Amino acid sequence: MADAKVIPFDDDRSRGAVQRPPRRRSMGSRRRTTEPALVGDVQPLPSRAPAQDDVPVTQEEQPPQQPQSDGGWERRVASGLSFLRRRLTGDYEVDDFGYDEELTDQVLMSLLRPVYEKYFRVEVKGVENIPSQGGALIVANHSGTVPMDGLMMQVAVHDNHPAGRHLRLLAADLVFVLPVVNELARKLGHTLACAEDAERLLGQGELVGVMPEGFKGIGKPFSERYKLQRFGRGGFVSTALRHGTPIIPCSIVGAEEIYPMIGNAKTLARLLGFPYFPLTPTFPWLGPLGAIPLPTKWTIQFGEPIPTDGYPPEAAEDPMLMFNLTDQVREQIQHTLYKLLVQRRSVFF
Amino acid sequence: MGKVVLVTGVARRLGGRFVRRIQRDPEVDRVVAVDAIPPEHHLGGADFIQADIRQPGIGRVLAETGADTVVHMDVSATGLGSGSRAAVKETNVIGTMQLLGACQKSPTVKRLVVKSSTNVYGSAPRDPAVFTETTPPKSLPSGGFAKDTVEVEGYVRGFARRRPDVAVCVLRFANILGPAADTPLASYFSLPVLPTVFGYDPRLQFVHEDDVMEVLRIASLEPARGTLNSGTFNVAGDGVLLLSQCSRRLGRPTVPLLLPAVTWAGSLVRTLGMTDFSPEQIRLLTHGRVVATDQMRETLGFQPKYTTAEAFADFARSHGPGLLPPEALAGAVDRIAALPVLGGGHPPTQSAN
Repeated sequence: MADAKVIPFDDDRSRGAVQRPPRRRSMGSRRRTTEPALVGDVQPLPSRAPAQDDVPVTQEEQPPQQPQSDGGWERRVASGLSFLRRRLTGDYEVDDFGYDEELTDQVLMSLLRPVYEKYFRVEVKGVENIPSQGGALIVANHSGTVPMDGLMMQVAVHDNHPAGRHLRLLAADLVFVLPVVNELARKLGHTLACAEDAERLLGQGELVGVMPEGFKGIGKPFSERYKLQRFGRGGFVSTALRHGTPIIPCSIVGAEEIYPMIGNAKTLARLLGFPYFPLTPTFPWLGPLGAIPLPTKWTIQFGEPIPTDGYPPEAAEDPMLMFNLTDQVREQIQHTLYKLLVQRRSVFF
Repeated sequence: MGKVVLVTGVARRLGGRFVRRIQRDPEVDRVVAVDAIPPEHHLGGADFIQADIRQPGIGRVLAETGADTVVHMDVSATGLGSGSRAAVKETNVIGTMQLLGACQKSPTVKRLVVKSSTNVYGSAPRDPAVFTETTPPKSLPSGGFAKDTVEVEGYVRGFARRRPDVAVCVLRFANILGPAADTPLASYFSLPVLPTVFGYDPRLQFVHEDDVMEVLRIASLEPARGTLNSGTFNVAGDGVLLLSQCSRRLGRPTVPLLLPAVTWAGSLVRTLGMTDFSPEQIRLLTHGRVVATDQMRETLGFQPKYTTAEAFADFARSHGPGLLPPEALAGAVDRIAALPVLGGGHPPTQSAN
C-alpha cells in the first residue's frame, strides 16, 4: 500500500517541476517524458545520471513554492490514489502470461530503476536497432551468478526505447518453481523459456528476450568471464525463423563482475536443487552483506538486427542453417563484448 | 426424423439445465435423461430414466431409446450429496467405460459429446504458460479428478478409433463458474477467507455456465457450415484473472500459507468434509493454468459470450460481497482523495482518466 502511494511522489521530485506533455495512457510510464531527447541518440544517458544526482537535494523543499508543480503534485496524488483504488479492487488487466503491465510500469520498474541508474549506471547503445513494432528476438549473453542482467536489459528497453516497448524475457524453469520469485517474474512479463511460449509471444508481435547460455553462462567461474558458453541447441533461431522475426544480438558488459564466482559448492547446490551454489569473495562469508553485488559500471549494446524473413518456411527445420545462424549471432555478441571491453576504462567507472 | 439425445449426469444442475436447453431445439425430437438418482430439479418434457451408467443396463437404455446423440456429462470432480471420492471415481471411469461399451454396440449412435476438463493438462511450473489441445503435459496428474479425466479421455480416444463413423467431441472446460455451478473452485471462492499459497499468484480461467450450455448444444447438433464439431477443444472465456485479482474483486481477504501448510490444511479440511480441497486443486491454486481457445473459435465456431472476468463478475454478484467489498475499499480511497489536505474535493478518477 505504501509503495503504491510513494512512488509517484518520488518520481515527482526526481523529475523536477517540468511540465509534462500529455501521456500515452492515463497512467503511462513516467519515463517517456524525457525520451524525445533520447531518441536515436543514446549518448545522453551517462550525462543524465550525474545531472539527476543533485536534483533530489535541491528539489526537496522546492515543489510547494511553485504553483505549476503544485498542480502537478495534486494530479499525481490523484493518479496515485486512482492507481491504489484499481489495485485494491482488482480492477486491472493481466495478459495470458500473467504480465501485469500497470504494476510493472508503476511499481516494479520504479524499484529497479535506482539500481539501473545509480548503482550499475547502465549505458545503453544501439537501442535504435530494436524495431518499434512487430516481433523481434533479443539474444544476449548471460552472466553474473544472479540474473540481474536480464532485469537490467528489461529496464534498458523499457526506459530507452522511443516506442515504449516492453521486453518479455524467457526465464529458466527454476524461476517458476521458487515462491515469490515466480510471482514477480510472471508479473514482470517473464515466461518459461520453451519453444511454445516463445512462439506465442513472437506471434503476438512482442519483443522477446532470451539468454541462450542459460545456467552455463550465469554460473560460470570468474576466470571465464566474457567467454560465451554454448548457445543451447539453437532453439531460439528456429523459433525466430518460423516467425521471420529479426534476431537482435545484445552484449552486456559489467554483469560478469557483480558477483565474482570463485568457487561452487556443488554438494550444497545439489541439496538445495540449484544448478550451482556460488562462492564469491564475500558470499556466504559475510552473510547477507556478502549478497550485495559489486557496483560495476555496465554497458548494454544492442547490435545490428539479423533478418530471418528471407528464408523459405522449411528453413526452421534445417539444422545446418540453424547452426550457422546460431554461430553468427554468437560471434556477433562475442565480438561486441571484446570491443566494449577494450573501450572500458575500468570495471567500476 | 429428429434427433434423440441421451444425456447422462442429469441429477446435477448443469446436466439438468442442458436437458431443458436442448429440448427447445427444433432439431431435437426427444431427450432421454439418465442418472443413477432422480434429479431434484425438473427436466422439462424430457424422459427421465433412472439407470446407473456403471451397470451394463445402460446398454439396454441406449438400445430401447435408439438414441443417436450421447452427451456424457457425468464426469465430475465432486460427488452429488454424500458421494465419496471412490464412488465419484467409479462413476467417472467405470461409468464412461460402460457407456462407451454400450455406444460401441449401438448402431444408432452417430455422435458422442464428452464433458472433460482442462485438468488433463495438470499444472506444473515447468509447463508452457498456455496449453493448446496438443500440448503434452509435463507431469501427468497423479490422482484425483484430474487423473479421472485423463483416463476418461483415453477411453474416448479408444472408442473413436474403434467407431470411426461416430463423431466424437471432447470438450475440455476451464473452471466452470456461474450462479448455479457446484464445482470445487466455486466452493473455494465461497469461503469467507481464501487460503492461498504464499509466493504464488496463479493465473485462472473461467467459463460461464451459459457458455457451457451453448457449446454443448453446438457440439451435440449438426455442425454449422464451415465448422467442425468433432475433435478435442479447450473451452474457456477470454483473458486471465490472477487469484489475487479474484479475491479483491470478490472482496474476500486472503491468508497466504506456506505450501506444506496448505497441503496439510487441505487434507484436514477434506477429512472434515467441509470442502473438496484436493491436491490437484492445490496445484491449480499454486501454478495456475491457462489454455488456448483458438481451436474453439476457428474450428468449432463458438464465441463465448462471457470473458473470464465477466464470468467471474457474474459469479461474484450471485454470491454477495465478502468481508472487504471492493466498493467499500474504493469508497475509502475516494474519501482519502477528497480530504482537503490532499487538495482533493473532486473524485480522483476524473483527474486520472
